[in-house]
Amino acid sequence: MAETRYTSEHEWIRFDGGIATVGISNYAQSQLGDVVYVELPEVGRKVTAGDNMAVVESVKAASEVYAPIAGEVAEVNGALADAPETINDDAEGAGWFVRLKGVDAGALASLMDEAAYRKYVETLA
Amino acid sequence: MSTEDPRGPRRPAGAPLPGAGAGASADAGPGGTVSGNRALAIEERLLFEQGEAGRCGVDLPEPANFKPRIGGTERKGAIGLPGLSEPEVVRHFTRLSQKNYAIDAGLFPLGSCTMKHNPRLNEKMARLPGFADLHPLQPESTVQGALGLMAALVDWLKALTGMPAIALPPAAGAQGELCGMMTIRAAHDAGGQDARRRVLVPESAHGTNPATAALCGYHIDPIPANARGRVDVAAMKAKLGPDVAALMLTNPNTCGLFEPDIVEIARAIHDAGAYFYCDGANFNAIVGKVRPADLGIDVMHMNLHKTFSTPHGGGGPGSGPVALAASLAPYAPLPWLVAGPAGLHLQEEATGAASGAIGRLKAFHGQMGMFVRAYTYMLSHGSDGLRQVAEDAVLAANYLLASLKDTLTPAFPGPCMHECLFDDEGLRKYDVSTLDFAKALIDEGFHPMTVYFPLVVHGAMLVEPTETEPRAELDRFIAAVKGLKARLDAGGADRLKTAPHFSPRRRLDETRAARQPVLRWSPPSR
Amino acid sequence: MRYLPLTPDDRRAMLAAIGAGSVDDLFVDVPASARLARPVDLPKHAGEMEVERALRALAARNVPAGEAASFLGAGAYRHFIPAAVDHLIQRGEFLTSYTPYQPEISQGTLQYLFEFQTQVALISGMEIANASLYDGASGAAEAALMARRVTRRAGVIASGGLHPHWRDTVATHLNWSDAALTAAPADPEGKEDLAAMLRDDTACVIVQNPDVFGRVRDLSPLARACQSRGALLIVCVAEVASLGLIAPPGDMGADIFVGEGQGLGPGLNFGGPYLGLFATRERFVRQMPGRIAGETVDADGKRGWVLTLSTREQHIRREKATSNICTNSGLCALAFTIHMALLGEEGFRRLARINHANACRMADRLAAIKGVAVLNDAFFNEVTVRLPVAAAPLVDRLAGQKVFAGVPASRLYPGEAGMENLLISCATETTREDEIEALGRALEGALR
Repeated sequence: MAETRYTSEHEWIRFDGGIATVGISNYAQSQLGDVVYVELPEVGRKVTAGDNMAVVESVKAASEVYAPIAGEVAEVNGALADAPETINDDAEGAGWFVRLKGVDAGALASLMDEAAYRKYVETLA
Repeated sequence: MSTEDPRGPRRPAGAPLPGAGAGASADAGPGGTVSGNRALAIEERLLFEQGEAGRCGVDLPEPANFKPRIGGTERKGAIGLPGLSEPEVVRHFTRLSQKNYAIDAGLFPLGSCTMKHNPRLNEKMARLPGFADLHPLQPESTVQGALGLMAALVDWLKALTGMPAIALPPAAGAQGELCGMMTIRAAHDAGGQDARRRVLVPESAHGTNPATAALCGYHIDPIPANARGRVDVAAMKAKLGPDVAALMLTNPNTCGLFEPDIVEIARAIHDAGAYFYCDGANFNAIVGKVRPADLGIDVMHMNLHKTFSTPHGGGGPGSGPVALAASLAPYAPLPWLVAGPAGLHLQEEATGAASGAIGRLKAFHGQMGMFVRAYTYMLSHGSDGLRQVAEDAVLAANYLLASLKDTLTPAFPGPCMHECLFDDEGLRKYDVSTLDFAKALIDEGFHPMTVYFPLVVHGAMLVEPTETEPRAELDRFIAAVKGLKARLDAGGADRLKTAPHFSPRRRLDETRAARQPVLRWSPPSR
Repeated sequence: MRYLPLTPDDRRAMLAAIGAGSVDDLFVDVPASARLARPVDLPKHAGEMEVERALRALAARNVPAGEAASFLGAGAYRHFIPAAVDHLIQRGEFLTSYTPYQPEISQGTLQYLFEFQTQVALISGMEIANASLYDGASGAAEAALMARRVTRRAGVIASGGLHPHWRDTVATHLNWSDAALTAAPADPEGKEDLAAMLRDDTACVIVQNPDVFGRVRDLSPLARACQSRGALLIVCVAEVASLGLIAPPGDMGADIFVGEGQGLGPGLNFGGPYLGLFATRERFVRQMPGRIAGETVDADGKRGWVLTLSTREQHIRREKATSNICTNSGLCALAFTIHMALLGEEGFRRLARINHANACRMADRLAAIKGVAVLNDAFFNEVTVRLPVAAAPLVDRLAGQKVFAGVPASRLYPGEAGMENLLISCATETTREDEIEALGRALEGALR
């Protein structure tokens, strides 16, 4: 299983077979509460690191999801439209948002690994 | 104004609530009723579930034979509207009304909303045919009294604000903001200052402020509050520059506090070549005591449905006249009310003195029905009464603050203005949220205060009693808050967490409403 | 003062509880230089009787439309409002409640908003509706902004049949963005070809039906043209009663419906408050402005209503909100909902037929006047006529005879060429046969 990396904005990214899968962390979903809606980018869109790529909404909040690294949107998780609760149930698995292609895997090195992210989250409490 | 902080404790409303065991619902089980009704609280189906074809609540004569001349655009098929007789309609809406809390029923301390008593004389006057039955495009010679009332309202608002011009058209506070910010943009553009695209907005501002500035093509630059709940003047000054168009500031601010450095703030804004927009939502605290012009404000909207007691009507209509400094008056929206040789006249075109006008914000000339109510209210109070309004509103809020300061945790020390602000620090040790506390107040017979606003205070509770509450009603509220706190001390937190228990509905599942939106009734077959 | 319950004793006791010496101690944060030492220079308080006298004196200087033979329309329509409507909206539980932020004690408001949304969707033939906007004109502006968000295009085309107040309201709202508004010239003859104006960057076409001159059109061909170019069709209906007779915007292929509900809700009121109706397709709901009531269940599983999809709105999304609107036209929406409930299917359709029948009679009477030409071949309750003389001075003169003959087009298009002789006249169910005759005779007399 590929290693998961995290951003300080609570996105996770996993690089596997030339494709990077991106979602929001389990911590992020717990802070957001019941997810009721996600707005996903169109396939083919090119993003650079830090771009606003998607929006995730609870009843009382809307949060932007940023691209952790540059790439092109290869696939979006269409199943979230009918089942946004998947993000609450399995944020770092079935609740993925976007798959990016054409990414520079080396760029992942600058992101936090799981241990560093866990430590970072502890500082937020 | 109520937003719930996503960072606060959450509980999906549809999930089983702790403590919501058997007997929690009055109409379930042997202790309940067979119909589901609870005495005066009668379950009422939708209009669409009770109407029948062939019934009608009006008697209209079928027109004699005629040949339609609508170019073959006839509607085909049934619309699907239910048919009901007048008694059924009256009963339906009467039953619905009984599921609402209202200022007529009791204290409604919704901070920043100014829920004060709505005098019935205002309603009666607004319904005089000489106002209510006027068509907006009647010949002006037939509406001189209506135009005269608008002119008189302008005179009163000028005297109360100290500002030289008033724009009446805006339909509500948010449109008043839009009007004000558009005049600022127009003035900058006309002065060759169109590079000014940044607007400073405190983090504590109403959401309408940034939303409005964005509609005018501005970028929003948030400015922080200091530890005393006021604008951090040094931080604000550091953000000033040649690209700043304006500061949008609510005063008294959304923490219920007057900005003591407001004159210095205004000076700094002006020195930077920018304008000072004041959100006048909280004008009730200072009406007759302070004139905004004397504080250095360039433009301010007022909510007639707050300060001047036109009824909120379950969410509107409002009216948001805008007071303008001389530098912004040339850009006021159309139409302009002007005195002409034949009497008062509505100038509808951007020519002559009005050539700089930003244009129209809506059809016709403003919320006349609200002007009549507000003017009636002003005449009733007079200049002395309006000053007393501000004093009593501020007195009542400070009385609540002083009476509750050891029960709830004040966000900032007093004195406050017309509303007092608490945070949820005093509740956390009981694992009770601001929302739980608000819902428990519902059971005690009160509309809750504004909760989770302003955003700068954790679990905010913003309490605005207004000047129209008798002291006994304030004391009843104080006793209820203290009683709930005593219940928490006695280990009764679960009772609050499952509140309300006695309202027409218990906590509603907002997650379900948003995940599977059902936004209209549809026939079962659809 | 009758609205202020605190007595001097109350005030003293409350100040003592606060620990303040005087009420001015509570205003310490106000700069001393800005504190007013005495009330501003305005009249002092007055009793109910005195205030009523003052207001009645102002009202008496106006001529209510109901006291004249009134043929005024052009965006504001005088309909008969059943007595139950005003009685019910004055119930304090509706009149003096706030926006339903606490749904457990606001189910009355929320349920009628849900019913209102359903009525608006049904009569417009659209899928979903919101809980009201300020008025039709600002609704048209919101629709244009929404179309830009949906299509991510800049171009907005306004028909020459769109009420000029609505057109100008759209222009004011678009003026501060990179939107490009193309307003077709005023079109009293109904000759414009909007489909030919479509471009690749057209976000929407805004058209009114019946248009400001009273003309009714089948908009289906325009809807198809818009669809083929990826633009949205916004259909505005200023006279909501027309929807009882004429095919609704949804049936003609509209993407957004904007209506003015004033005629069946709050009434004339000299121009406000009015009632903006707004409906669209379900798939655009996340881009829709304004509040929306939605169905859900409470903790006991009982059906109830809440404000929903609030993340679109300013109090959550702030500068990224779909609109800055907060207060809307709640009580006007209630008046509309009650009136529509009383009318029902049968009443709503019959009301429309009566309006049209009276307008046919009015059009025939006007056409019978020498030198007067009716421009519309198809209309609902309003027509435009060309007079042999300027309309505005004529209308002013006839007002002295208690005949409001119509709205001079020059009042709506000040300074615009070709409008001087055009008069827009409207008949509703309130129009009597003898009033139509009075109009005819007055015009004949004036034109003789």
